[in-house]
Amino acid sequence: MREITLTVNGERRKAMVKDNELLLDVLRDKLYVKSVKAACWRGECGLCTVLMNDRLVKSCLVLAVEADGAEILTAEGLVKDGEPSPIQKAFIEKGALQCGFCTPAFVISSHKLLTMNPNPSDEEIRSFLSGLICRCGTYNQIIEAIRGAQKAYASR
Amino acid sequence: MAGKFVGKPIPPQDAFLKATGTAPYNYDIELPGMLYAKLVTSTVPHGRIKRINVEEALKVPGVVKVVTGKDIPYMVGMYAGDRDLLAIEKVRWVGHPVAAVIAESLEAAERAAELVDVEYEELPAVFDPLEAMKPGAPLIHEHMEKYRRLPVFKPVPGTNIANKFRVVRGDVETALKEADIVIEEEFHIKHVSHAFMETQNVIAHWHLDGTIEIWTSWQNPNPVRQIMAESFGIPYNKIIVKIPFVGGGFGGKAGLGWEALVAVLSREAGHRPVKLVLSRKEQFTSGACREGFHAFVKAGFKKDGRFIAYDVKYVLDAGGYADYTVNVGRAVAYSADGSYEIPNIRCEAYTVYTNKVPTTALRGFGYSESHWVLEQVIERAAKKLGMDSAEVRRINLIKPGVSITATGERLREDVGNPRKVLESILQEIGWGKPSEKPKEPWKIRAKGVALLVKGPAQPPKAPSSAAIKFNEDGTINLLVSTGNFGQGTVTALAQIVAEEFGVPLESVRVDWIRDTHSAPYSWQTVGSRGLFTDGIAVLNAVKDAKRQIFKVASEALRCPEEYLELVNGEVRVKGKPWMKIPLKDIVMGYSYPDGTSIGGPIIGRGVYMSVHTTNLDPETGQGHPTIFHTYGGTGVEIELDLLTGEIKVLKAVQAFDIGRVINPLLLKQQFHGGFIMGMSIALFEEIKFDERGWVLNPNFTSYYVARIKDVPPVVEKFVETPQADGPYGARGVGELTMIGVAPAIANAIFNAIGVKLNNLPMTPEEVWKAIKAQRPDLIEKAVKEYQKKMKEVKAVA
Ligand code: FES
Ligand code: FES
Repeated sequence: MREITLTVNGERRKAMVKDNELLLDVLRDKLYVKSVKAACWRGECGLCTVLMNDRLVKSCLVLAVEADGAEILTAEGLVKDGEPSPIQKAFIEKGALQCGFCTPAFVISSHKLLTMNPNPSDEEIRSFLSGLICRCGTYNQIIEAIRGAQKAYASR
Repeated sequence: MAGKFVGKPIPPQDAFLKATGTAPYNYDIELPGMLYAKLVTSTVPHGRIKRINVEEALKVPGVVKVVTGKDIPYMVGMYAGDRDLLAIEKVRWVGHPVAAVIAESLEAAERAAELVDVEYEELPAVFDPLEAMKPGAPLIHEHMEKYRRLPVFKPVPGTNIANKFRVVRGDVETALKEADIVIEEEFHIKHVSHAFMETQNVIAHWHLDGTIEIWTSWQNPNPVRQIMAESFGIPYNKIIVKIPFVGGGFGGKAGLGWEALVAVLSREAGHRPVKLVLSRKEQFTSGACREGFHAFVKAGFKKDGRFIAYDVKYVLDAGGYADYTVNVGRAVAYSADGSYEIPNIRCEAYTVYTNKVPTTALRGFGYSESHWVLEQVIERAAKKLGMDSAEVRRINLIKPGVSITATGERLREDVGNPRKVLESILQEIGWGKPSEKPKEPWKIRAKGVALLVKGPAQPPKAPSSAAIKFNEDGTINLLVSTGNFGQGTVTALAQIVAEEFGVPLESVRVDWIRDTHSAPYSWQTVGSRGLFTDGIAVLNAVKDAKRQIFKVASEALRCPEEYLELVNGEVRVKGKPWMKIPLKDIVMGYSYPDGTSIGGPIIGRGVYMSVHTTNLDPETGQGHPTIFHTYGGTGVEIELDLLTGEIKVLKAVQAFDIGRVINPLLLKQQFHGGFIMGMSIALFEEIKFDERGWVLNPNFTSYYVARIKDVPPVVEKFVETPQADGPYGARGVGELTMIGVAPAIANAIFNAIGVKLNNLPMTPEEVWKAIKAQRPDLIEKAVKEYQKKMKEVKAVA
C-alpha cells in the first residue's frame, strides 16, 4: 500500500492504493467518482475513459500508482456551478443518450476533441470516437451534439 | 390536435443526470457492510458433479463462505422454470455456475473462486439442435415434466424439446401443389449477445425478518419479484425489488436473472448484503444470449405474384436453459406471415436444449428471426416470377379491416397503414432508380427493402397500472413501474400527464427508482408495450384524478361539474375565467375562508387490461396473440466490395406507423438506435463456440459491436394512423426498429447480383464465400478490375 495524490475535477484527493490497483477502481471505489464506468475491464469499450493530464486514457489500463500526481478530469468535472457545460447541454438537447451508461465517456472524449479542434470534420469525429461503444446506438445524435457545441468551443 | 407537450421533441427527463455522469446505476451502488460474490463456472459442457473441494478457497483471507448447488436446491424460472441457481448434480454448458464464493472484497472472492476445485464425470454432449432433436441424443434435462412452467408451454419429456408450437391455417399441402412456383430454402442465424453496456449486476439483502431487498440492473421490477416469490414460496410483499438507472436491456434483462441466487447468498452469508457483478466474459459465457436458429421453408406463389402457401419449420438452439426462449419459439411461429395475407400456412417451432450457453429474449425476439426468413422469401419469389419485389409486396400486403392473420385474427380498420409505410420507404430510397456508380469498379451498390410487423409477445392477461399523486404545491409524482433503460418511455408518460393537467412538464416527475413496494403493478416492460399499456393506465389515472378534483372544485365554486374545465393548472368555470381555483388549493383538500375544509389529498389511479388477446389453440395456434400490431419497414442502400465481401451501409430509411407521435426525439433515438443494433447484428456479430462448447470470443475485441465509424445516416419516416384505443392513438415501436435491417441488406445484395445470403451474420468472409459459390464470375471480374487499377497506379508512380 502506498499513498497517491490525484487532482480529480479540480480537487486534491489522496488515496491508499496497492501496486496492482487500477486507476478505474481507485476513482470509482475509493474516490467515489462514479461517472467513470466500465463495460469490459480490458481496454475494449472505452467507457472508463478519463482525461489524465489532458490526455484521454482508459482508466482500466492505467495503474493507480502511475497516475500519482496527475490531474484527472471526468464528466462531473465539466459542470460549473450546477450548470452543465456546452457539450453536455448539446448531448441533452440532441438526445445523444439513451441508457446513458456510455455517456460520460463520450462527453469527456467529445470535450477533448472540441478543445483540440473546434471544427472537426465528420471523418475526424468518427475516427476520434471509434474507441468507444454505445450499444443503444446514439452515434448519429452524438455527431449532432458535437456540431451543436462547437460554436461554444470556437469562441473560447 | 397539436399539444403543448404531446408531439414535441422533448429530451428525456433524466438526460441532465446522464450527461453529467451523476445518474446512479446499480453498478454504482454500495450498501453498508456489503460483501462480494464471484461465480465458479463449469469447464465441461455436460457432466455430473462428482466432488467440489472448497478447502483451499476457504483459506483465502476475507472469504466468508463458499456456496454450492446442493446447499440451495431451488429451481427458478419465468416460463419454462428449468433453471437451477447453481448447478445441482449436473452441469449443462461450459460456464454453468457451480459454486459462488462470498468474500469481504471482490479481490478475495476472485482469488478464492480460482481455488475451488470441481471434479466432473463427463457426459456425452450435444451442440447442434438438429442432432439434439433426434431420438437417442444425450438428454440435457431428464425431468422437464417436473418443472414449474406456464401451462401454455409444451415440452416433450424424454427428448430435448423444451417447447413445441404450431400455427396452422388453411391447407398448405394442396396450396403448394397448386402454386406456380415454389421457393425452397434453409436459413440459419448464429448466437448473438445483447451486449448491453452495464453487465448484469445485483445487490441482495435477505433481512433477518425474512424481507428480501433487491437492487438490480433489470428492465422491470415485477417479474423479478414474481420469479423469486414463486420459486421460494415467499409472499410477494416480503420481496422489495428496486431498480435504479439501467445501462441497457434489449430484452436481456427481462426474464430470469441472478436476483434469486444473490438473495440466497445473502442469507447464507449471515444476512449481510451481497453484490454480484458479472464480468464481460461471464456475461458472454454464463449469462443468456440470443438463440441460434434454423429455418426450413417451402413457399408457394401464383404467377400473378400471390403468396398462397407457406410451410416453415423453425428450430431454435436454446442452450442449457430455455426459460424465455420457449416464448421466442411461440413468437417466431405466430409472426411467420409478417405484413402479408397468406391463406395457407403451417409453421412448427421447436425450442431445443443443447449444451451451449443459455438463451433468452433479445429486442424483437421471434420477429427478427421470422422476418429474416419471410422477407427474403418474398425477394426470391419476385425474381423467379420476373416481378418487381415491391409489386409482390403490394399484392400480398394485409388490408386493414379485411385481412386475416396466420392465427386467424381479423385485423382491425385502425391497425395501421403498411401500404403507406412501403411507399414512403420506396420513395425515400429511390426504388427503381440506379445507385451512383462507386469509385472503385470492384464494388457495387444496391438497394433493398424489408417490411415487418410486430406486437408485444405476452400472455393474454398482462395488465398495467399507474397512480398520480399530487404534492402540496400542485406538483405531481407519477408512479409507474415502467422500466427506464434507455427508451425514454417514462418521459413520454410525463408529457401525457403534463398535457392533461396543463401544468409545466417540470411539475411531473417519475422517480429514477422503480420499486415493487410503491409503484403500481405493470406486468413487464418488454415487447415495445410500455407506452401503449402503461400510457393507457396513466390516462385512466388522469381521468380518475380529474374526477376527484372536479368534485371538490364544484363544491368550492358552487358550480356543476359539467361547467368546469382544467386549464393551465387551474380549475375554471367555463366562460367565466375569473372564477377559478389553482390546482394546489384543491389537491390537498380545499379550505374555505373560515377554515372548514373539504376533499383531501388527490391520488388518481388507472389500469390497463388487454381486452382482445386470447390463449392460442394448442393444436393450431389460432387466436389473438398481441394487443396491437405496429407495421413498419427498413430500406437500405449498400456498397459491396466484391474483393473482400465487405458490406457497407451508405443510407438507411426507417418507416413505422406509430399511430401518433408523442415525442419525435425519443422516436428518432429508437429509429437510429434500432437500425444500428440491427446492422451490427446483421454484419458483425456472432458468438463463436469451439467443438467442446467453449465460447471463443467473450470480449469486445473478437466480438465486434458497431462503432461510430460504421454508422450511416438514417432517415426517419413517421406514419401516423391512430389506433383508437392507444394513448393519443399511439402504438409501441422500440424493438421493431432493428427487425427489418438484416433482411433489407440481404435483399439488396440478392437484388443486385442474385447472390443468396441465407445465414447471419453477413461477415465479409461469409459473403465472399457465397459470391464465390454462386457468382464466381463477379469475383474474377473484380480481381481483373483491381489489377488494372493497380497497374495504372503504378504507371503513374
Ligand atoms: S472498461 Fe476500460 S475500456 Fe472497457
Ligand atoms: S446510451 Fe446506452 S450505451 Fe450509449
